[in-house]
Amino acid sequence: MNRFSFARLLAVLRKEWVQMRRDRATVGLTVMLPLIQLFLFGYAINANPRHLPTGLVTAEHSTYERTLVAALQNTGYFDVRSFATESEAEEALRRGDVMFVLNIPPDFTRRLNRGEQPQVLMDADATDPTAIANATAAVVALNATVLNRDLPVAMRVQPAQPPFQIVLHARYNPEQITALNIVPGLIGLILTVSTLVMTSLAITRERETGTMENLLAMPVRPVEVMLGKIIPYVGLAYVQTALILAVSVLVFDVPIRGSIPLLLVALGIFIACNLAMGFAFSTMAQTQMQAQQLAQFGLLPSIMLSGFMFPFQGMPVWARWIGEAVPLTHTLRICRGVLLKGNGLADIWPDLWPMLLFALVVGAIAVSLYRETLD
Amino acid sequence: MTGRPTGLAIDVHDLRKSFGTRQVIDGLTLQVPEGEICGFLGGNGSGKTTTIRMLCGLLRPDAGGGTCLGLDLLRDAARIRLQIGYMTQRFSFYGDLTVAENLEFVARLYQLPDYRRRIADVLDRIGLSDRADQLAQELSGGWKQRMALAACVLHRPRLLLLDEPTAGVDAKARREFWDMIHEMAADGMTVLVSTHYMDEAERCQRVVYLAGGRLVVQGTADEVVRAANLVTFEAIGEDIEQAVRQLRRTPGVETAAVFGRALRIAGMDRAALRAAIDGLGDGNLRWEEVEPRLDDVFIHMLRDTEA
Repeated sequence: MNRFSFARLLAVLRKEWVQMRRDRATVGLTVMLPLIQLFLFGYAINANPRHLPTGLVTAEHSTYERTLVAALQNTGYFDVRSFATESEAEEALRRGDVMFVLNIPPDFTRRLNRGEQPQVLMDADATDPTAIANATAAVVALNATVLNRDLPVAMRVQPAQPPFQIVLHARYNPEQITALNIVPGLIGLILTVSTLVMTSLAITRERETGTMENLLAMPVRPVEVMLGKIIPYVGLAYVQTALILAVSVLVFDVPIRGSIPLLLVALGIFIACNLAMGFAFSTMAQTQMQAQQLAQFGLLPSIMLSGFMFPFQGMPVWARWIGEAVPLTHTLRICRGVLLKGNGLADIWPDLWPMLLFALVVGAIAVSLYRETLD
Repeated sequence: MTGRPTGLAIDVHDLRKSFGTRQVIDGLTLQVPEGEICGFLGGNGSGKTTTIRMLCGLLRPDAGGGTCLGLDLLRDAARIRLQIGYMTQRFSFYGDLTVAENLEFVARLYQLPDYRRRIADVLDRIGLSDRADQLAQELSGGWKQRMALAACVLHRPRLLLLDEPTAGVDAKARREFWDMIHEMAADGMTVLVSTHYMDEAERCQRVVYLAGGRLVVQGTADEVVRAANLVTFEAIGEDIEQAVRQLRRTPGVETAAVFGRALRIAGMDRAALRAAIDGLGDGNLRWEEVEPRLDDVFIHMLRDTEA
């Protein structure tokens, strides 16, 4: 009687299936939520914002100024509008109406013509460094030769002949479209939310409704209950994966350069990680409320430290160590690697084995926490 | 597999169980012969539920041991589980499954052969056949309890543990529920049933009274009543409301209560009770000594344990 019984597992599965089928709202949500998130994140998040509002304060209207402003506009990062006075522009910057103020001094043309190398002040609202990062880089890169055509011949700058050249080649995502980074990452995030939260609630619900006591009094093994509760969610998770992949490709033009079966296997291991964690939470929590909070506790580092929100390389070493322990970190790399870079098994193995380890360790903890008695 | 026949379905001794610093079961010894209906009585928090949970392996006793159906309580919990039916105090089946689906789930967990026919039989016997396709959460209290009973006896257990099965169920449903329990006992099933209702206790072949995690008294209802050595007087007449108030303040009168038109007092000391009655003066109450009833005895014992 203490042996694992496939028939009993099937009994639990059947029961879960009927319950799931009756709970249309939950099933509907698990299909709708990923789609909503995908469209929200895919369309809304842009780490490379362009057309930032820029104020212009100038006392003169010279050719130089017009050329300079035109050059800025041409970078695509700045939308320039004029302000009458410096204080008005300052006010707009404070209110956040503009993110930059370009201040051209009154004697700019005169001093330029005299060859005095006058300064032009560019104020930037640096409260959000990410938002202005690429724009400021574009300003710095503005070539010194921009005014050449307007300047007297003698003052034109001769472009220096550098001893060597750096050729930058942005690979895998040459246009640096944020969606191509976000959308593959979303696969991992959405799967975390659905599987982790769902399984966290699974056992706790039985405990809260009192059915656990009954289950314990019957000849069913913990592992049978666990698998019976988990397998339906694995199925649901794969439905979500298929949905997300389809939308990624059809709507966001995410390329599939690697092998889809390989990706599905890797995601399977990832799902196992989350289910093990969710089940462990489920056995610890006494109420569904507690389970939900524990799930949030697991979710937060996944979102913050995995490299989904912020670049992994930007984190301090200790945070990276925590990040390495989070399954989502590895899944993000695998998803991006397989989809964008066409990575194969050998390439993703360094991210695969930590997840396998995680699933085994946490799964073992979960099984050991599951009590066959009410003690 | 069954254990050695001992004639006793339950034979446990010196069971102890504490939760934190609270000693819930404090050296309980209990024996229930096979085929008997044993009423399990005691105040709230006296340890009835904890005892039942230990008997079916849901809780591990801190100390003590014994056998359940001839199988060791500690070592053979898994095998005991196969032969007992446990009905929890709180309805603990799935409200979002139908009656039939719940039973089918249970049958599959026990891996019962030919379970469809068995389910049909049990549903028929318990009168649930025409509600088989109703969701369990839509059943009324009485029907829920019937369904739970059906699920507990589906695998034909030798021992049935019922934890306050009729709490909150109307009188007719309670009576029908007990008729079913008697029918099952007639088939040879041993039943341990906890209850707060005295009419139910009187339908048991044996009652066991628990207080503070210890067994206080056990035996047939008559034996328990006799063993208590309680004296009761009953009076009929007018002004009983006023008399009861005075009697409650009189020493030697343990309980004084009004039942409809009758006034009933109980105590250990016959002389003291007579004195109390005489102290009322010549009212228009007609007193006579009567046989104590089971509830008099239990209220008497409850007072003892609270003191």
